Amino acid sequence: MWTWFHKLSSPPHFYRLSASLIPWFGWLAAAFLIVSLYGGLVTAPADYQQGDGFRIIYVHVPAAMLSLFIYMFMATAAAIGVIWRMKLAHAVAVACAPIGASVTFLALATGSIWGKPMWGTWWAWDARLTSELILLFLYLGYMGLRSAIDDTNRADRASAILALVGVVNVPIVHYSVTWWNSLHQGSTLLKKGGPALPPDMALPLFGMIIGFMCFFGAVALTRVKREVLVREQNSKWVKDMVTSK
Amino acid sequence: MTARQQRMLIVILVLIGVGIATTFGLRAFQENLLYYYSPSAVQAGEAPVGRKFRVGGLVVPGTVKRTDGEIDVSFDLTDNAAMVTVEFAGILPDLFREGQGIIAHGKLNQQGVFVAEEVLAKHDENYMPPEVAESLKQTHAGGPSK
Repeated sequence: MWTWFHKLSSPPHFYRLSASLIPWFGWLAAAFLIVSLYGGLVTAPADYQQGDGFRIIYVHVPAAMLSLFIYMFMATAAAIGVIWRMKLAHAVAVACAPIGASVTFLALATGSIWGKPMWGTWWAWDARLTSELILLFLYLGYMGLRSAIDDTNRADRASAILALVGVVNVPIVHYSVTWWNSLHQGSTLLKKGGPALPPDMALPLFGMIIGFMCFFGAVALTRVKREVLVREQNSKWVKDMVTSK
Repeated sequence: MTARQQRMLIVILVLIGVGIATTFGLRAFQENLLYYYSPSAVQAGEAPVGRKFRVGGLVVPGTVKRTDGEIDVSFDLTDNAAMVTVEFAGILPDLFREGQGIIAHGKLNQQGVFVAEEVLAKHDENYMPPEVAESLKQTHAGGPSK
């Protein structure tokens, strides 16, 4: 296992590996997103209360799920970077932050657009909405802190601490709707006793979540590749690769 | 202990420490984090007096009264234990209907009536096509909850 781990942590090996993985993730993402979007917007029935308005769930829920998933991914990478002094892990964390910030913004924006007609308001300071906004600020704070420190190694360590401290917000976002009275309803998919929606509504939603995940995989690997190139610009393998072309 | 184990320990301690601190912090502010009070809590006098707050519950079927030619509306909210009468002059959200979860923001007046300035609809986590909702209504006779 450790040889695999060490091999993965070697930048040239990772660079080649990710280059070959990106198209797979990309095409899977495209296939899942197109099919599920059609399923969600066309073949799924309208909701008994919200009519066609509920269909924004097919963007809102995957974006919100991914916003938490990417944060945990980023924080785990940062922790590996700190504990094992692995530069590649830091590069992964750096690459994840803007993607995480984007999907968090998407979750907040689609939630707001959904909230206006259904709840009657664009925004409410309830526990779920507020903690998700804090998540966006954590991503932005991480990116801001990095750009304020010139030295890459110091930026890696300082921003990793911020990412780790922010992990405490993840369970708060997830459980906010069960711990406190909130305007936002409880989880539909992770409800006790199975998802609270019929299969013809649920399947496109699961498809969208897989599609979003693959999209994240493709974009993250592309960004890590770029980050590795920048960090390793003075190394021999990068020079060899550039000159051989 | 190697340097790596030491770093691992520090990371774990940071996570635990921040977790504990946050837990205490959230417990201290528990009340402020409640977005709304239930009608039972209002009846028990737990809601702030003379200050604005939110009350949330289900609209009791048959209690929605509208004044002709005005936008004034009054209805009762319940949590199946206690009831609060709400008066509101404004535009209700689309999801407002009898049996619906509603959150009203306003103040209690002298008569114990809740005068709302804003009314929001809360929906639950269940989604289903209209036919399913209709058949549920027939089997339960009470219709889908909330």
